[in-house]
Amino acid sequence: MLDLKAGVADRGAERVPGREAPPLIVEGLSHSFGKREALRSVSFKLDRGDRTMLLGLNGAGKTTLFSLITRLYNHRSGSIRIFGWKIKENPSEALARLGVVFQLPTLDLELSVAQNLYYHAALHGLPRREAGVRLRREIERVGLTERLREHARTLSGGQRRRVEIARALVHQPRLLLLDEPTVGLDVASRQFLLDHVRMLCREEGIAALWATHLIDEVDSAARVIVLHQGRILAEGPVPEVIRRANASSMREAFDKLTGERGE
Amino acid sequence: MKAVHYYRCMRGIVWREALRFLNQRGRFLAALVRPLVWLLIFATGFRFVLGVSIIPPYQTYIPYQVYIAPGLIGMIIMFQGMQSSLSMVWDRETGSMRTLLVSPLPRWYLLASKLIAAVIVSVLQAYVFLGIAYFWGVHPPRLGYLTVLPALILAGMMLSALGLFLSSVIRQLENFAGVMNFVIFPMFFASSALYPLWTVQQANERLYQICMANPFTHAVELIRFALYEKFNLEAFAVVAGSLIVFMVLAVMGYDPGRGLIARRGGGE
Repeated sequence: MLDLKAGVADRGAERVPGREAPPLIVEGLSHSFGKREALRSVSFKLDRGDRTMLLGLNGAGKTTLFSLITRLYNHRSGSIRIFGWKIKENPSEALARLGVVFQLPTLDLELSVAQNLYYHAALHGLPRREAGVRLRREIERVGLTERLREHARTLSGGQRRRVEIARALVHQPRLLLLDEPTVGLDVASRQFLLDHVRMLCREEGIAALWATHLIDEVDSAARVIVLHQGRILAEGPVPEVIRRANASSMREAFDKLTGERGE
Repeated sequence: MKAVHYYRCMRGIVWREALRFLNQRGRFLAALVRPLVWLLIFATGFRFVLGVSIIPPYQTYIPYQVYIAPGLIGMIIMFQGMQSSLSMVWDRETGSMRTLLVSPLPRWYLLASKLIAAVIVSVLQAYVFLGIAYFWGVHPPRLGYLTVLPALILAGMMLSALGLFLSSVIRQLENFAGVMNFVIFPMFFASSALYPLWTVQQANERLYQICMANPFTHAVELIRFALYEKFNLEAFAVVAGSLIVFMVLAVMGYDPGRGLIARRGGGE
């Protein structure tokens, strides 16, 4: 097993909230629903610009982890810090710095693309004019400027996802969470999302946590966290995780680590 | 988060609710047709069957359609309140509830904003209904149109809070349809909306007590009195008290540390 503690070195500076603090620190996080343990003492850290793939089979605990980080419900043990702000003690400060793309589509299909984005900006307390500038920038980056006035219903699945990414960035978070964002998308849309997030991490220093059960989404330039039955089995840069598992590919490493055949 | 953030957030939630409502014209029509059917057909048919004696706030004998108008306004508000909460169950199933809950303002505030948005929509509907009812012989005093406003808002908040609470406990839409039957219809019929309660009391004392314990009865009476420029303290107290109780229950239901979502890990 890997030395996880080394990844979450307990330096004082990391605990001071602010832009210099690491985007995400999860420490000793456990959660259970009744008797079923969904997460067991999960610890990891994301640094600025990190693109981390959270790899696990269905039911590994990815969605539970995301629900806790987004505070859909409270965690009872361990801690979650977003730029140093504890999600339990300062939920507003923490959530304001977080952008999320959920697994389920969450656009309001009754509204236009622009209205969806304005609504999101309002939830984050942005003034309308500033929201307009920012959402135009984000929607342009995903190549959908000409669809702004159209009903979300008229967009394809891939386009809706692109709008959701744009929406997650309207309030300029420095930490982006994506919960299996490519499920149900065609190859081109999937590639677009992967490239877009890669660009965001590389050029803007945004930290991204991307949950997936598709091993081929994990490229060698990313970091990976292998989550299995609520536990972290491996964490680190992809080549390092492969090497430590004595494997030749991520797929082989995953199979060896989990003792199962992956997808 | 400063006060201006709170203001912008609420404005955004109200604006979205209004847009959704306007985009769904069918919903607007349905919401109006229902009480109008009662007013234009039911009330006419029952005009001579149900004798309405002089009871406060009325100072003279009144035709039946005048009696049931406040009850039908109550119906509009109740349906709207339930419909908004239905949309919240829908939101939760489709996931768009999560975009709301993951935003930085406190959860109770987000729910309160939702509630106010629902109330604004239902108050608008109530006035459209009153406008049409005018041509059917419902002529409250002119000032009554103004004095009824606070009553509409308070009753709307109470019934929407009930809907919010229900939406936090109910997991699926299929269950929700059942609850509509078990909540809306009994509340509507076991109230003073369609008949003065003294007629109920003469027929069945127990049913009368049930009607008196029904917050919807008091919502209707609050509206009825306010429409005739009068204030009904008892109705006000019951409606305000129910509002607080339902709102506390709703906030508990959506609390990240308690409530259904936390216990069952909703959302997936």
